[in-house]
Amino acid sequence: MEPPVELLLRMGDNALVLGHRVSEWCGHAPVLEEDIALANVALDLIGQAQLWLGLAGELEGAGRSADDLAFLRDVWDFRNLLLVEQPNGDFGQTLMRQYLFDAWHVLQLQALTESTEARVGEIAEKALKEARYHLERSRSLVIGLGDGTPESHARMQGAVNRLWPYAGEMFLVDPIDEALIASGIAPLPRGLWANYHAEIQEIFSDATLTVPESGFAQRGGRSGERHSEHLGPMLAQMQWLQRAYPGATW
Amino acid sequence: MVGTLPSIDTVRAWLDEVPDPEIPVISVVDLGIVREIAWEGDTLVVSITPTYSGCPATSVIAMDIEAALRARGVEQIELRRRLSPAWTTDWLSEKGRANLEAYGIAPPSPAGAPDRCPLCGSSRVTRVSQFGSTPCKAHWRCEECRESFDYFKCL
Repeated sequence: MEPPVELLLRMGDNALVLGHRVSEWCGHAPVLEEDIALANVALDLIGQAQLWLGLAGELEGAGRSADDLAFLRDVWDFRNLLLVEQPNGDFGQTLMRQYLFDAWHVLQLQALTESTEARVGEIAEKALKEARYHLERSRSLVIGLGDGTPESHARMQGAVNRLWPYAGEMFLVDPIDEALIASGIAPLPRGLWANYHAEIQEIFSDATLTVPESGFAQRGGRSGERHSEHLGPMLAQMQWLQRAYPGATW
Repeated sequence: MVGTLPSIDTVRAWLDEVPDPEIPVISVVDLGIVREIAWEGDTLVVSITPTYSGCPATSVIAMDIEAALRARGVEQIELRRRLSPAWTTDWLSEKGRANLEAYGIAPPSPAGAPDRCPLCGSSRVTRVSQFGSTPCKAHWRCEECRESFDYFKCL
């Protein structure tokens, strides 16, 4: 796969997988307002996935649509971060996963607005506005629940400890990234780390949460080499209709 | 289409009668999503920018625009999606803002909060949720009249 197509799959699959995960809360969230907020965030992400995957299919030139890419690929074809495929867990884990992603997403999209590939820049410009709004929400909820009751604090710290090993993958560099930076299409992932870390430090300080010291990073999602055991069952749920009734529409 | 082609202003006036499917008091022109109307030969090209990436109204709006133009006798229509510059609530028309407020939806404000309650006019308003009944709205409450209301998010 050409590096620009890989980039589009990585961006599109992050949005699609996280969008699907978040949509699993629909009808189950702790309060009605959060149910609506989660459904809206999921909707934005799935909309972004349509834009990224649509362009991926176009650049690939094999006649695959965004829907084909979403519903007819298997685990090893997906290029999303391991972070976004992690199960929802409790509300705290869902929220922490969202915050760790949103903080990176905004930095990544900001950088992509400068892409030498104009169509990548256009999608980034559109998605950035939505991502900033998501970050505003996830920041305030992380602070509110982290610096909340002993129960909410313990759950939020537990979520950080559980999810932090998945944050590092966002900043790893592989040969595809090197090709993308050389052509000015995308930023170097590790170049975003300093700002990301500063953001996390500031919000966690207000939230009375501690960033784990270990720098160990789980890897294999964005390269497609080794997804976690959670992606397969999620895809089975997401794709079953197109698999059982190929080409079904309504 | 027989005879001369309708002018761009005429077409714009027609589109100003096409309501937003979720907020019928404003038109698709008021919403600021009709970015360009142009004739390319006999084909009427309408460039539309989406509001939110995943907004389900976008495809309904495209169908409504096409149906409205066909009803006026335009035969060759092409709708183009334009992503950049990204849609902003700055593009809402003054008429659209006034209609929103009269309908009970507070129009967007650069301050990030409604200027006043669209029902009683009080400035004592509190946010209930950053999100609301559609992707473009948030949920607020008035502390004066105690009613909850929609606020058109500033984007």
